[in-house]
Amino acid sequence: MRAVTVALRQWAPPLVLGLAFLLAWQALVVGAEIKPYLLPSPTAIGTQLALVAPLVWTSALATGANVLVGIVLGTAVAIVAAVAAARSGVVDELMSPTAAAVSVMPIVALAPVLNTMFGTTSTTPRRLIVAIVVFAPVFVTTLRGLRQVQPVHRDLMRAYAASPRQLSRLVTIPGALPYLFTGLRIASSTAVISAVVAEYFGGLQNGLGSRITSAAANSAYARAWAFVLGAIALGLVFYLATLALERAAARRTGG
Amino acid sequence: MSTPVSTTGLPPAAFALAAHAVEATGVGKVFTTRAGAVTALEDVHLTIGAGEFVALIGPSGCGKSTLLRLIADLDTPTSGELTVFGRSPRAAREAQDYGIAFQQAGLLPWRSVRANIELPLELHGVGRSGRTVRSTELLELVGLTEFAGHFPHQLSGGMQQRVAIARSLAEQPSLLLMDEPFGALDEMTRERMQTELVRICAESRAAVVFVTHSIPEAVFLADRVVVMSPRPGRIAEVVPITLTRDAAGRDEDLREDATFFAAVTRVREALHGDGHVRAARGVDVR
Amino acid sequence: MTPAPERVRRGWVRPLRRLAVGVLAGLAAAAIWELYTLLGPDAGGHLFGASLLPRAEARSMPHVWDVVARMLAPESSATGAPSVAVAMLQACWFTLRVALAGWLAGVVAGFGLAIGMQRFRLAESAVFPWVVLSQTVPLIALAPLVVGWGGKIQVGDLVWERWMSVALIASYLAFFPVAVGALRGLQSPEQAHVELFRAQAASPWRTFRSLRLPASVPYVIPALRLAAATAVVGAIVAEVSTGTKGGIGRLIIAYAQAASGDPAKPWAAIVGAALLGLVAAGLVSLLSLGLGRYRHSEVS
Repeated sequence: MRAVTVALRQWAPPLVLGLAFLLAWQALVVGAEIKPYLLPSPTAIGTQLALVAPLVWTSALATGANVLVGIVLGTAVAIVAAVAAARSGVVDELMSPTAAAVSVMPIVALAPVLNTMFGTTSTTPRRLIVAIVVFAPVFVTTLRGLRQVQPVHRDLMRAYAASPRQLSRLVTIPGALPYLFTGLRIASSTAVISAVVAEYFGGLQNGLGSRITSAAANSAYARAWAFVLGAIALGLVFYLATLALERAAARRTGG
Repeated sequence: MSTPVSTTGLPPAAFALAAHAVEATGVGKVFTTRAGAVTALEDVHLTIGAGEFVALIGPSGCGKSTLLRLIADLDTPTSGELTVFGRSPRAAREAQDYGIAFQQAGLLPWRSVRANIELPLELHGVGRSGRTVRSTELLELVGLTEFAGHFPHQLSGGMQQRVAIARSLAEQPSLLLMDEPFGALDEMTRERMQTELVRICAESRAAVVFVTHSIPEAVFLADRVVVMSPRPGRIAEVVPITLTRDAAGRDEDLREDATFFAAVTRVREALHGDGHVRAARGVDVR
Repeated sequence: MTPAPERVRRGWVRPLRRLAVGVLAGLAAAAIWELYTLLGPDAGGHLFGASLLPRAEARSMPHVWDVVARMLAPESSATGAPSVAVAMLQACWFTLRVALAGWLAGVVAGFGLAIGMQRFRLAESAVFPWVVLSQTVPLIALAPLVVGWGGKIQVGDLVWERWMSVALIASYLAFFPVAVGALRGLQSPEQAHVELFRAQAASPWRTFRSLRLPASVPYVIPALRLAAATAVVGAIVAEVSTGTKGGIGRLIIAYAQAASGDPAKPWAAIVGAALLGLVAAGLVSLLSLGLGRYRHSEVS
């Protein structure tokens, strides 16, 4: 009973707000006779979504595959780089500013040249873009995690004459895991955004981004919005998945 | 109640190993910082016998923790000579002659209570079955048998500290180094932990170096209280405590005993003695 | 394992050293690039039908010096055409202004919303889940749609122009990091401090000005920097999906189309985009220089 009240108190305000927003949107579009090229009504978007649902699904799978491969690749490189940077001051001095610079650069701008380098029919350019975008936050948080060994744990392992390898295996790596997952969660949304947006720069036409642009180019605005909904759902899937990983890792360490 | 301070409770093995657990001759430690050199310890002479319980007490900055860290080879002295069971602190650390506990329990949060206690055994290659046997004994010793599978964040501060003490005892060390292990606990938990520590030490028969800033704690636990003074850190006085060494005798009643209060007063005077001397000098100058 | 303890260095040595290291990292990247063009397969590498290695021939991977030379040469054969570098810098300047406008709008809106959420618990519980949610979904996908507004809306004398659509998308992307960062910052003062102010009967405004605002600085500055970077991304993407002329986004597409005959040209636009991101983030860092004493520990 109590749990129900708590859940209600937590979820009711955002749900009410969301519903009110949708109603106001519908009323505005219908009442003010707003043209669909400005803003289609929610019901029009819903109708279109039902019509093109299979295409939304396959496009989301294509884009989702790019995101997944890119995340795995970027994370793997970031972990290797972070371990190297934690061990060697030279690597750290080279990598940390590079990661900071990469994190503020518009990486999607690389899409056209990557398309020439790998061929326009390849998915590799998009996956590479996702990987580069994921690299920066995962590298930064993982390195922070590897550095945050508590002095008391360090003293303890020294007192027990533990070897550097034992220190890594028993203290440093388990301690850095939650940080790695936090980086992954931060990276997840930008990864999806980059994968969708990279499709705006040309290349293969099988993903959500390309469908949105082609629908917009054909003045099928409600259909474009339906694909946008697909992109939103894809973003949520990756966010919730990485959030669950982060929570699980944090629970294990009592955080 | 009137058992004299002697070596009655010691196992013969402790004598065979080496006459002294710790021997410090003219030990000093200077830290180099941005602001310049800071003398943390100066000219410390101290001998701790096997099986002896010695408390180091003094105000902050008197170097008591530094001394303990030198014995543990977590830092190296800049002058003087220091031996642990007749060898260098480094050799003693590598041979695992001592167990250690800090003010923070320092448990690894992702390991269960049992796995935390087994950590030193695991580090030194003790097999799974051997670890389980030993950790079961230790869990019983510190009264945490039901909590073996719990994780540190599920335990209270006192329970975490008991796990840390169990861990420090895992390899049956002949020397225990404790750096304010009860410093973060509330007074009631603290007194209970002290009583337990007396019992555990009686069972393990290890020598103990115990850093604290609590006078009653030092008096209740120790055979000798080493009173230190700051800037630079040095030993001001060593107060022998002539209370019973019998674990059964050191119980809650002792805390209300006149002999206990007398010892507390002596340590307090030793702690403040330095200040009186300075005041007197000030008068002289004028 | 542990880095050597930092020695006290004079104020200007550190930035200088970082710059040197940055140049070094760039040179290393260029060296790897050239090595690959020398050794890599001209047709690229394929595995299971996916191309895994880039084509090493000069049309796909031009030499670094060719890119530099191309940047100094005129943009087109037309007489009086500016060099590629100048055209690129002009485009960057255009995009930077639009991104800046978007950034400002996003920061004002984000901070305003954060203040509202901090003041009113109900507002926070109703709005915040949506803020987090929208930050995690690619709403930037709307860019091609919002961009269609150009020239089609008119409110009084104000005609909605294309660059405004671009700035709107940039502001949308800048908004979220600021809203989240500012809310966390405004809520960061410890209970003890809040109670101290309450005990002194300080007004909400006073508490805000003397406690919450200073306390929020370490949270807000990284958020502002992130917002600058995302505003640049938003502006470029919006330019690409509209074909707004004058900006670096348009230049990226235009130069990419020229790639088959002029392979070094697209890289000039990429250099411009990278520069733009760095300059935008650098401007925010400059802005925060004076706030040193509020920045004990920055939280990103």
